[in-house]
Amino acid sequence: MLLITCPWCGPRAESEFTCGGEADIARPLHPETLTDEAWGEYLFMRRNTRGLHREQWHHSFGCRRWFVVERDTVTYEVRAVDGPTPAAGSAR
Amino acid sequence: MSRYSIFTLVRNALSYHEGWERAWRSPQPKREYDVVIVGGGGHGLATAYYLAKEHGVRNVAVLEKGWLGGGNTARNTTIVRSNYLWDESARLYEKSLRLFETLSQELNYNVMFSQRGVMNLAHTLQEVRDTERRINANHLNGIDAELLTPEQVKEIVPIINLKSRYPVLGASFQRRGGVARHDAVAWGFARAADAYGVDIIQNCPVKGIRREGGAVSGVDTPKGYIKAKKVGVVAAGHSSVIASMAGIRLPLESRPLQALVSEPLKPVLNTVVMSNAVHAYISQADKGDLVIGAGTDQYNGYGQRGSFQVIEHALQAVVELFPVFSRVRMNRQWAGIVDIAPDACPIISRTHVRGLYFNCGWGTGGFKATPGSGWVFAHTLARDEPHALNAPFSLDRFCSGHLIDEHGAAGVAH
Repeated sequence: MLLITCPWCGPRAESEFTCGGEADIARPLHPETLTDEAWGEYLFMRRNTRGLHREQWHHSFGCRRWFVVERDTVTYEVRAVDGPTPAAGSAR
Repeated sequence: MSRYSIFTLVRNALSYHEGWERAWRSPQPKREYDVVIVGGGGHGLATAYYLAKEHGVRNVAVLEKGWLGGGNTARNTTIVRSNYLWDESARLYEKSLRLFETLSQELNYNVMFSQRGVMNLAHTLQEVRDTERRINANHLNGIDAELLTPEQVKEIVPIINLKSRYPVLGASFQRRGGVARHDAVAWGFARAADAYGVDIIQNCPVKGIRREGGAVSGVDTPKGYIKAKKVGVVAAGHSSVIASMAGIRLPLESRPLQALVSEPLKPVLNTVVMSNAVHAYISQADKGDLVIGAGTDQYNGYGQRGSFQVIEHALQAVVELFPVFSRVRMNRQWAGIVDIAPDACPIISRTHVRGLYFNCGWGTGGFKATPGSGWVFAHTLARDEPHALNAPFSLDRFCSGHLIDEHGAAGVAH
């Protein structure tokens, strides 16, 4: 089981979290102007990186906030936890 | 290749089994092949075999980065069935099941295919209705399927607890389904392909895919550059890694899928019992071990291991359904890396690089498809066009929108 450090709650067991998949995928601003290929690319195509991978996690059974984790997909080592700082998050 | 038979068995028994010849050669790669298959698991070896047998393409190499069938072929729960909901997948898996039925004779290799039946439990009223729908769909596709009442389930599996936390309200039963010996499937295909002259090259990872003018020209390996007119990639969990070498993006995510086996027990379970709702499936190997499959982990991973809570979840469900197993000790536990497509269906397809083909995305249910997958992929490679069975499984479906939504229909347990 992974040990993930939530930016707000500190280190917690993986079972408290939900993995939200690859990070940094931005929804196109004008989907209606896209070709089918570009829309399919956005919806379905993934890096599926072997090695360092940026992914989204949600602290479902904790503070219920999203953040980004940089994790090695071979060793499963969590290298960095990224995302809004607690101060920025609590400013609402 | 000498044929295996009762006579060779007796003759070798008399000479203390010291005279068996090796099942396949270990050649050095030639400089050029008509077809190079990347990945020496069951699907890759089956592809090579059917290329040679059905299409007369015998100048073929299978490149395997480790040893034959050492990846997902050796890491699955060996279940074979074809009771899928949608027409496209039902036809593909049924083709595979039919090939399995005669595979031992065809390959002259005992793959220990045992049609002991596959039971899919329904735990809620909605699941019973979905099961009825799937059974009717199976009948329309000429696939055997029966609806069982809880009493009939109990008759076939007397040790099941019908009134547990997961009450059993019914089940589907495919009597032609069952299990096969996974290693034997890989070894049988390897031996038969080798007999046709296919070169099987182990410890030979592909490090690069060379292209010239939009067409594939060969692959780089530690054993040197190997020219190829066509390259078929059957690399399961590592498909995205190989695809990136050729600048191709795939809609796949590689995740750990865990399974475990118990200590050997006396015969107690004579069929395969699956439950999609609780993500657990169980059968008993001929050797006596209980073979238990769990769900996939939630994160991407290439590490061939997963998180403990996933097998804990599967085992608590198994113990609920089969209280008699509560004190059985587990022997081994492992994970395979499964490549999952958004619609949980395979991709057997040409790509925008001419001469480069992919057979991937089998996700959590590839073993049962081994012969069928090889059969349709061989056709695709040889003719440069898909067979009617795999045409719906092209890469194009992710921009045309023609997904085959088997994920919700069959559940995630395979």
